[in-house]
Formats: sequence, C-alpha cells, structure tokens
Amino acid sequence: MTAEHSPQNTDHLLHVLFREQQRARFISDEAINNISKSLNLPRAQVEGVVEFYTFFHRKPRGRFDILFSNCTSCGDTKLLKSLCEKLNVKPGRIRSDGLVSVDQTSCIGMCDHGASLLLNNCLTITSLTTERIDQIVKLIKSDTVIQAWPRQWFYIGDNIHKKGLLLTEPFKSGSALKAIIKRSSIDVIDEIIASGLKGRGGAGFSTGLKWKLCREAVGDTHYVICNADEGEPGTFKDRVLLNSYADLVFEGMTISAYAIGAKQGFLYLRGEYRYLLDTLNATLQRRRETGLLGNNILGQDFDFDISIVVGAGAYVCGEESALIESLEEKRGIPRIRPPFPVTQGYLGQPTAVNNVETLAATAKIILHGDHWFKSHGTSQSKGSKLLSVSGNCARPGIYEYDFGVSLQEVLNDVGAENVQAVQIGGPAGRLLKPDHFSRSISFEDLSTGGSLMIFAKHRDMLAVIHNFSLFFAHESCGFCTPCRVGTRLLEKNMSKLCSGRSTAYDIDEIRHLSALVSQYSHCGLGTSAANPIMDGLKNFPNAFEKRLLNREMEPEFDLDSELSEARLMTNRDDPGAHL
Amino acid sequence: MSKLRVATTSLAGCFGCHMSFLDIDERIIELLDHVEFNRSPLTDIKHCDPCDIGLIEGGLCNIDNVHVLKEFRASCKILIAVGACAINGGVPAMRNHHPLSECLAESYLNGIGVENPQIPDDVEVPLLLNKVHPVHEVVKIDYYLPGCPPPADAFMKVLGDLIEGREPLLPRTMLRYD
Repeated sequence: MTAEHSPQNTDHLLHVLFREQQRARFISDEAINNISKSLNLPRAQVEGVVEFYTFFHRKPRGRFDILFSNCTSCGDTKLLKSLCEKLNVKPGRIRSDGLVSVDQTSCIGMCDHGASLLLNNCLTITSLTTERIDQIVKLIKSDTVIQAWPRQWFYIGDNIHKKGLLLTEPFKSGSALKAIIKRSSIDVIDEIIASGLKGRGGAGFSTGLKWKLCREAVGDTHYVICNADEGEPGTFKDRVLLNSYADLVFEGMTISAYAIGAKQGFLYLRGEYRYLLDTLNATLQRRRETGLLGNNILGQDFDFDISIVVGAGAYVCGEESALIESLEEKRGIPRIRPPFPVTQGYLGQPTAVNNVETLAATAKIILHGDHWFKSHGTSQSKGSKLLSVSGNCARPGIYEYDFGVSLQEVLNDVGAENVQAVQIGGPAGRLLKPDHFSRSISFEDLSTGGSLMIFAKHRDMLAVIHNFSLFFAHESCGFCTPCRVGTRLLEKNMSKLCSGRSTAYDIDEIRHLSALVSQYSHCGLGTSAANPIMDGLKNFPNAFEKRLLNREMEPEFDLDSELSEARLMTNRDDPGAHL
Repeated sequence: MSKLRVATTSLAGCFGCHMSFLDIDERIIELLDHVEFNRSPLTDIKHCDPCDIGLIEGGLCNIDNVHVLKEFRASCKILIAVGACAINGGVPAMRNHHPLSECLAESYLNGIGVENPQIPDDVEVPLLLNKVHPVHEVVKIDYYLPGCPPPADAFMKVLGDLIEGREPLLPRTMLRYD
C-alpha cells in the first residue's frame, strides 16, 4: 500500500488508472501488470479496482468517449437515442472504426442545466438540445480535436437563486483560521457542538461530537476527509460550493484538522467533477503560499495539508467507509460498522469524514459564533440547508433556506406549477405527494442531503420509479446478495410493470422483495433502494393500478417469442410451434 | 377425511427430486393413508384431474414443459416448485450463457462424431425455448422447496404440514440449497 502520498497524489491508484485509461482508452492486462508492479499492489487488487469503477474499461473505448447521464433531471433518453443514431453507434458499444463510443451513466450532477453528458471522462457539456447534439455529431464525425470545440460549451454556471447563512457574505480566506489559532482545539470543538451543527450529507450526526470522538480516539495519526463524492441523483450543491466557495470548504477542513489533531486531509472528489480539479489545486496552492496550509500554519505549531483524490464513477463511494476503501486504493465496498471511521478510518487511524457543506458551515460558525448559527433553523435542526432543485420548475438551481422552511414555500420560490410529486433526498430519499407539501425541511421532518426533484402532472411516475430502480441496480457494489440480486429483481419487476404486463400478484411480490432488500442489505444503498417503490405504492397507488392486468398471473416474458430461435432453426411454423 | 390428491411431474430436471422423494422409503405406506397420487411418473397417469397439491421438479426448457406446467397450475390448488431447477433453472440453465442456435449447432451440426448433421424438426419433438426459465416466471407458485435435491424429510415435512392443514414451514436444518 502506498501509505505516503505526495501532496499532488500522482501515484494514487485511481489517478494512475485514469491516466492509463486516457492514454490507451482502455486498461489492458499488460497495463494492470505494470501498474501492479510499479505501485507494489497485488494484481488482483488493481484488476478489482478497474472492474469496479464505471470510468475504467477493460476493452477499448472510442477516441471520443461519451457518457450520457440517465438521471431523471440531467438525462434525456430521446436525445441519447438520437445521438446514437446520428453517430451510427449502439449504446454501450464502440463504433467499428474506433472513432466514438456512447454509454449511459448515473446522474452527473448537472440537474440544473438539463440534459448533460461527460466527454472523455473529464469534460462536461450541459444544456443539450437537438441542435447541440447535431453540432457535437458534426465535430465528432470530422474528428475535430476537443481543444477546437467551442469553449463556452464546457462552461458550467452556478445557478444560485437564493443565498442564506452560508452563501450571502463573501468569505475572506484565512479569516476563520485566524480566529481559532489562539484558541484550544477543545474550545473549538465545544463551539461546534454548541452550534448544534449536524452533518449535511443526510445522516445528521452532530459534527462537533464526531470531532470530539475522533480527537479522543487513540491512533498514530488522525485524518480529515471531505466527502465530495456527491452522487445522489439530483444533488449538485457541492459542485457549486467547490466551484465558488472552495476557500470556505478548505478552511473548514483546516479547522477540523486543528480540532482533531490531523496533519493530512483528503478531498475525495467525484470523478464527474474532474473539471474542477485544476482550480481546486490552484486554490490549495494559493493557500499554501499564504501560510494557510503546510507547515507552521499562520506561524503556529500546526502542520496540515490537503490532497485531492478523484473518484471514477461509483455512487456507493459516497458512503463514508466505502469512500475510505476507495482512498486506500481498493474497490469501494462499504465496511462493516462499528468500528466507525472516527476510531478506525483511513489506514485504520481515527478519521473525521464530513460533507462539503458541513465543513463550509464550520468555518462560518467560527467566524460568527454558535449563537448566530443556532438562532436560525428549528429546535432540532440548526442553521441552513442548501437545496439542489431540479426537474419541472421555472428556475432550477441552488436555494439556501433556514431549516424549517415548508416544501410548498420552496416550490413557490422555484416556480413549480402543477406539481404531481417531489422526490426529496434523491432516489434513496422519499417520494412525496401534494398532501405532504406543507411539511418542513428539517432533520425532524423531511431530511435531505440536498436533492429536491420536482415532477409535474404530465410526468409518468412509474417511469420515474423505474429509472430510480435502474440506478440502484447499476450502483449496487455487489458485495451482499440482498442488494446485488434484490435491486436487479426490483428493476425487472418495475420494467414489467411499466410494460403493462403485471398483475396484482406481481405487486405482492414487489412488496415482499422490497421488505427483504431494505431489511437485509449490508449498507444504506440497499436499505434505501426500495424506498421509491414503496413510497410510490403508498402515495401513487393509481399509477400502479392502472397498469395492471386483471388476471391472477402473467408470465414475465412473452412466451411465444421465446420460441423464435427454435422456429427459425427448424423452419417450423405449425400451430404446435407456437405458445 | 378424504385423501388429498397429489400430482407430480419432472420438467427440465433429472428426476433426482423424485428419487429423493422416494427416499422416504416405507413411510410412503403411511403417506398413502392420507394422499392419493394422480398424474405422476409414479402412476403413469397422463393428465391431471383436479388436484390439491402439485409438485413441480425442473425448470422450463421447451414448449412441452410450458404446456405441462400450465395444466398443473390449472388443476392444482397448491403448486410447489421443488428443487434447484424449478426454482432457479439449475443445471439446464447453464446453456443460457449461449444463444440457443449455437447450442443446437454444437449438438446436431458441428459436434464431434455427428453424422448426417441436421437440426431435429419433427413436430413430435418439442421446440426448445430461447432460454431456460424457472417455473415462477410463468405461473404463480405457492411454495418453494429448495435443495438439489431437497432431502426426503423435507418432502415429508411439507406434505405433513399440508395434510394437517398447516402452512408448510421448513426448519432451518432442512433449508439447504445443495
């Protein structure tokens, strides 16, 4: 294991594999052997990692490699189909001349920009339309180098529509650090505890308490990790924070390091946000040069540095223990907990893993005090929440509210009309109907990591739920059977439902299977995978019932077409050759 | 009390489940006080009368399997999928990794030692399905009796429960998949 990483982390397995993928457009057996030797890692581990992550391939991809989002907010199946037809390539395949390959990928965090795609695993084109697709096809067919493509296509705006506690005031780099450097670390932790700040990633654990536990845990060294593997479909707040508030986030990480006694921090950036990497590294460098990172920070006896590790397309790595596995150059499979990362995290050492937004909030709390922070929000949910709003509304984007705001108020602000349903917290969250719109966004009522997807009356909710079930089936890490097999079966059942061939019996089977998957899965991915289906059955029973056949049982496949190959081979077409 | 009427069949299976059932040995005499066998390889009755219980061994590999399974579903109040092949497709489903055309070509056209190569096309020979399927994909199944094969005691336990009007429930020791 390469325990000692250089600040730039050029030798991290994920980065070495990424460079090889970009160079050769796939990762060959020979490359795996070489990488395994040069990094001194077991071959099986390298191969396991290659197979695990979506952005690495064992077979060549095209010179132009397109991954089209299949999210309900930043995907568009019709545009994907037309792109493939115009390029004469099948989804998931490479064109025979090796020019281009097109495939689907899970949400790429561009939900406020409409249909979007990733190009060559490092660039993002948003706001796709038929015209833009035609222009892209033209550039690919003429084999135009990407450097010559219109630069403005790759520009990604923030779309911040409402600023609150975190976003309103511009942040002066180093101001929060200067405020803590004379204080004891215990004092800092006490203030974060007093502020009532809870983790913004979704689980809602007290940030200060996490730091306290981590500080008290015995280890050779301590680590700080910022979880920027924002993979929950419909969430893009971290993208915006890292694009325009990176100093605030890095300052939060440094405060965390000061509090728990860490010398090394990692920002784990999702592979889909690789386009932010250069700017983030430049920000880190500037902070080093101004004495906010590195040795003797602000002239004190405090050393800390941050390096960035970029993921490679695996939703499950947003789970903190899977993220740590991935940082340790392994497949992103969630660990059995306890022990929790605060006592045994990265390389078995005490590690504080915090969400991007949480860390940004800690810097603000240090600047303005715990009273300022806890005077906002509700009794159990202090402060504010960034919402990533997407779907059917006039103004998708980032909205920051104090906790306690009603869903209806949000819907009014974003210009959402004729709303049929809201998915809050992403596919792993809850599917709500209009009766629920008076409820409030808070840990005690509607808890969310930030995703808020709006579905107007014209949307087919069964198709939406099917899309979510496909997402889980694709993103399951495969470690435990209830999730690996269960999510596939749920997807199959939803597919049958959407095709109108299901019966009441199938609904019973779905209920049974949903209970099993959510009860017996190893980690949160599996335990929440059936949420959209169960909420759908509860809140939108008509959407399900109107697709059902009035029969006891309908086969899962078309019986007669199951005989097609045999009929062809035997040249039979008599009545006995049909079902 | 009238006897329960039981039908059994082996679709795409190896008859191993039936053999395991017969491992109940002399207990079959006691069993016959409570059940009578209808359509079954044990009786050679060719079609089902209305039955209480149907035991299905094997998955679906051809058109004939589908017809038999449908007859069982239509005739039996309770249908039980017995063994690995009925429940998962089992060994016959190993061909699902290859297109049917390749399987037939290997067996009847290109295989070693094949003389007068031709694909059997007589109407008496049931057409194969593109893939081998477990039985629950085509009809409703009430209970599953796992194992390859399920042990004789498991058959006795399930039939015993049904004879006494209980919901069949296998103890953990009999729930085996090998």
